[in-house]
Amino acid sequence: MEPILTINNLTKKFGYLTAVKDLSFTINKGNVYGILGPNGSGKSTTLGVVLNVVNKTSGDFKWFNGNTTTHDALKKVGAIIERPNFYPYMTAFENLKLVCKIKGVDVSKVDEKLEVVGLLERKNSKFRTYSLGMKQRLAIASALLNDPEILILDEPTNGLDPQGIHQIRQIIKDIANQGTTILLASHLLDEVEKVCSHVVVLRKGVKLYSGRVDEMISSHGFFELKCNNQQALLDFLKNHDKFGRVKIEDNLITAFLNEPLSSEDFNKQLFEKGIILTHLVQRKESLEEQFLQLTDNN
Amino acid sequence: MLRLLQLELQKLLLNKTSKVLIFISFILPFFVILLSSLKINVFGFFTLELGELGVFNFPIIWHLTTFFASQFKFFFAIVVVSMIGNEYSNKTLKQNLIDGLSKKEFILSKFYTIIFFSLISTILIGLISLCIGLYYSSYNEFGIIIQEMDYLVGYFVKLVGFFSLCLFLGMLVKRSAFALAFLFVLYIFEWIVFGGAYEIFGNAESAFKIKKFMPLESMYKLIDQPFQRVAMTKFPEKAELVYDYAVHWYEIVIVLSWTALFIFLSFRLLKKRDL
Repeated sequence: MEPILTINNLTKKFGYLTAVKDLSFTINKGNVYGILGPNGSGKSTTLGVVLNVVNKTSGDFKWFNGNTTTHDALKKVGAIIERPNFYPYMTAFENLKLVCKIKGVDVSKVDEKLEVVGLLERKNSKFRTYSLGMKQRLAIASALLNDPEILILDEPTNGLDPQGIHQIRQIIKDIANQGTTILLASHLLDEVEKVCSHVVVLRKGVKLYSGRVDEMISSHGFFELKCNNQQALLDFLKNHDKFGRVKIEDNLITAFLNEPLSSEDFNKQLFEKGIILTHLVQRKESLEEQFLQLTDNN
Repeated sequence: MLRLLQLELQKLLLNKTSKVLIFISFILPFFVILLSSLKINVFGFFTLELGELGVFNFPIIWHLTTFFASQFKFFFAIVVVSMIGNEYSNKTLKQNLIDGLSKKEFILSKFYTIIFFSLISTILIGLISLCIGLYYSSYNEFGIIIQEMDYLVGYFVKLVGFFSLCLFLGMLVKRSAFALAFLFVLYIFEWIVFGGAYEIFGNAESAFKIKKFMPLESMYKLIDQPFQRVAMTKFPEKAELVYDYAVHWYEIVIVLSWTALFIFLSFRLLKKRDL
């Protein structure tokens, strides 16, 4: 796999506060990555360092294969950090024209990208007249101008209304479907879960996990069960060697697996014992449950 | 270089406030000099014609026009500090860097703009002086016309130096209004240095020798006030009026050194800073 960004032992201190501590991970081409962590966990600082606006304290990072300078590499990167920053007195078109000049891209790209985010008909309005949702969409258009190899988004849906959030997510999904690598920093777990295939989990500047979303916790998932003969089911589960913890809420039984077991086999075994289920769902932990488990354990 | 200049010009010329200020800083001195060269009839009592005083003679006209025009540099100074202040308050500085502008390019784009506008100003003042001079001057020999054209060089260096100082102050405090206040603080500081030097050496002459190395004073000294010189031409016999009004190479070197230092410090400041 072709690496796009490699971070090695990166540390950033603000005075006595260590915002990022000895962080290492690699971003490979074609995947959608999430950086996950509570507020103040060092997500934005990490992105700031690789985007050349925050000075690192120690460690290093390299873009692509390491042969380009950060300054040149950034011309192949599209990034939005926290809030959309543009010149309020310029129109959307003029703002993007300026970005084109910085990135060395032809101005003809402006209309194309405004179309992608649905702002073409407002292109001659001044930036200060835009709503927050439109500003954020303009920021995405701006980040896309150079057809970047990687798109970096830091809390792209922060402060938006539900429609705005939906629009931005749809745009991100469309971009991801075209094969662009995406790095998404967020504290919204369902957001990361919906779009990302890989995650890096940070807490207080320390990496807790990096890898595929579905391998985050070595668990085999769990069954949600309902049965008219609850006691028989509970006895069965207690004596079954593949099950560990069993949780009962109202009449919903949640049984956690210690070893893999398919729902088909499980159902068959129950049927042979004469236990008939009224409800059977096999699930893996949601990202939120995994995340809480991960941050609790450490 | 052209790309960086274009970038900054777009930022400036699309902004209404800076457009007005740029217009004022170029057109106002132009008109003041033009008007002063006209024959003005003061309510029929007498006609005021500065040309009659011989102030528009070559080569003294170079001295006069550059001195007066440089008093209007303050308008463009506001543009310079606000072009830094706005980048900080709009957070566009951060965005520019993320979009792929290097910190060095950012400072250079501002510096090129300063040079660009200083050059335009110098050319404008040069042209208007030449026109007025050709019209009024009693001496029109080529050799006399080109005499003391080094005031134009002095004017250019003075503008570049002063605006570089403003650029540095803008980078230092990030807010336009505070940067201008700092300019005033620096002015007072230079007089304090002068006071200190006066205490040590005991005479004003030596104290001025120290003060002329300070940034603001060195820029001011590039083009000395021309009033005394006009008086000198009227009363050539008064020896106490004689003073050194020329643009000296070492004065230019001092100002250029400050300019280099200010640009370098601005760059260092930006480089060290976490945005």
